[in-house]
Amino acid sequence: MTAVRQAGTLAGALGAILAAGLLAQGLAPYGVYLLSLWAVYTVAAIGLNLTLGYAGQISLAQAAFVGIGAYTTAILLPHGVPFGATLLAGAAISFALGVLLGFPALRVQGHYLAFVTLALTTLAFLVFRNESWLTGGVGGISHIARPAPFTSGRGYNLLCLGVLALVSFAVWWLLRSPWGRAFVALRENPVRAASLGVDVRAYTLLAFAIGAALGGVSGALYAPLVQYVEPSPFALAFSLSLLMMVVVGGSGSFLGPYVGALVAVLLPEWLRFLHDYYLVLYAALVILLLIAAPEGLVGLAAKGLRRRPQGHPAAEAKP
Amino acid sequence: MSPVLEARELHRHFGGVKAVNGISFAVAEREILGVIGPNGSGKSTLFNCLLGQIAPSSGRVLLDGVDVTGLRPSELNRRGVSRTFQLLQVFPQLSVRENLILAGQEHVGGRIRRLFGRPDAGLGGAADHMMELFRLTHLSALLAGSLSYGQQKLLDAAMAFMAGPRLVLLDEPAGGVNLTLLGAFRERLRAMNAEAGATFVVIEHNMDFVMSLCSRVICIAEGRIIADGLPGEVRENPEVIEAYLGH
Repeated sequence: MTAVRQAGTLAGALGAILAAGLLAQGLAPYGVYLLSLWAVYTVAAIGLNLTLGYAGQISLAQAAFVGIGAYTTAILLPHGVPFGATLLAGAAISFALGVLLGFPALRVQGHYLAFVTLALTTLAFLVFRNESWLTGGVGGISHIARPAPFTSGRGYNLLCLGVLALVSFAVWWLLRSPWGRAFVALRENPVRAASLGVDVRAYTLLAFAIGAALGGVSGALYAPLVQYVEPSPFALAFSLSLLMMVVVGGSGSFLGPYVGALVAVLLPEWLRFLHDYYLVLYAALVILLLIAAPEGLVGLAAKGLRRRPQGHPAAEAKP
Repeated sequence: MSPVLEARELHRHFGGVKAVNGISFAVAEREILGVIGPNGSGKSTLFNCLLGQIAPSSGRVLLDGVDVTGLRPSELNRRGVSRTFQLLQVFPQLSVRENLILAGQEHVGGRIRRLFGRPDAGLGGAADHMMELFRLTHLSALLAGSLSYGQQKLLDAAMAFMAGPRLVLLDEPAGGVNLTLLGAFRERLRAMNAEAGATFVVIEHNMDFVMSLCSRVICIAEGRIIADGLPGEVRENPEVIEAYLGH
């Protein structure tokens, strides 16, 4: 990918965030809430895209990291800990757990790894539900205050979009650095990568840890947005939903999570008249999409944009 | 002066099969050693033992006199050992230039410095030079996966030289390369040997390629070395003729 195209993808992401900020000024509170939710989901999906899309390590644990971030903020905020510190704490705890989760990936791959990561989601859910002294159990934690001066819906929307913009820049920087190249090498051919000096062990752990940390950041934003956390949003279904966001948007595409999260937030609203049956339509659309365009919506759009006349095979090397 | 690479009594057994059965040899600096042998003779297993892909059942591998037996491939690479694979091993979703930068980037500074440094890790010039040497400049921006087999083979070889290795192990580099490219490919390898001072170990079935490139050849059959000498001597060795050439 050329530097120009890389800069283009960042500009596209920041443009979408700016557009969301402007749009929020003219929307009713529920619309503003949906845009904030989009920003929160996008941060989590960006993290999963890094782990899965770029480094090729499947993870069904992203919901657990979002939950850890959310509970960390919900627990620490009432003790007077500033929101920024709770966000960093949630990211740090998730990062550490992400490193631990990465170790099985050094041994198993594919659906075996998926099962290992699924176990973490289940374990985290059980902790959220059963450790009432800390998490409030099934009753959860309510009255989570939004940090000043972002207490209003619109104000908090700006905070969510601002954090998303920072995350976008940080991940863009990471992906254009040699680390990003090493992550892709890890996904495409770890044996060859190792023969070129790429420390497969270190980069695998980093891919899990950074992706998990972004899940923690997402959770830290989520708790004050809904002002109430309880275990059920962080169960396996949410991990699968985040996986869908990455796949539908375009796994391994920088803009994929933005589009995938938008679909995940808006589709239930557009299909509300179908009640719970919307999931059937959603599933059918996803299956059709994956048949027609396995590279996701962003890949589909890119293919359409760069469609050119056939007959440009690479020229033979001239010795 | 100790040899660049030394194998001492290497054994690798798979159950009752002795794939490598007590192989010892040394490779001197700037030498181009050819390794020949019929299919199933143990050449690739020997390579994998030397390169840390699999652990030998017994025996030692020494690099510049230092025991490196069992070191991981990435650690060996950072000590100056590079390789190509029998089957193509480029990164299809990266461009030709990015493949080359990737091949050298882990040798530049620390990991944190690489994160905050230049996207090309300061290797843009070196990648351009390597593309020039291997006649890949016109393909620089193309995805490696879109190249022809021969072009990917050239890229695969060029990647092995990006980190300025002391020792390069080439596993069937001539396989699948057309005759037009093959002569030029051999000359490039010779140039890398002469100019960069790299030492080569080459597994190859193409006898003309091996005999014209290598300064010394060993022949392996049933996990053992049956001949070791100048290319002409090995070619005329009756045991080699019987085991490998089959006439």
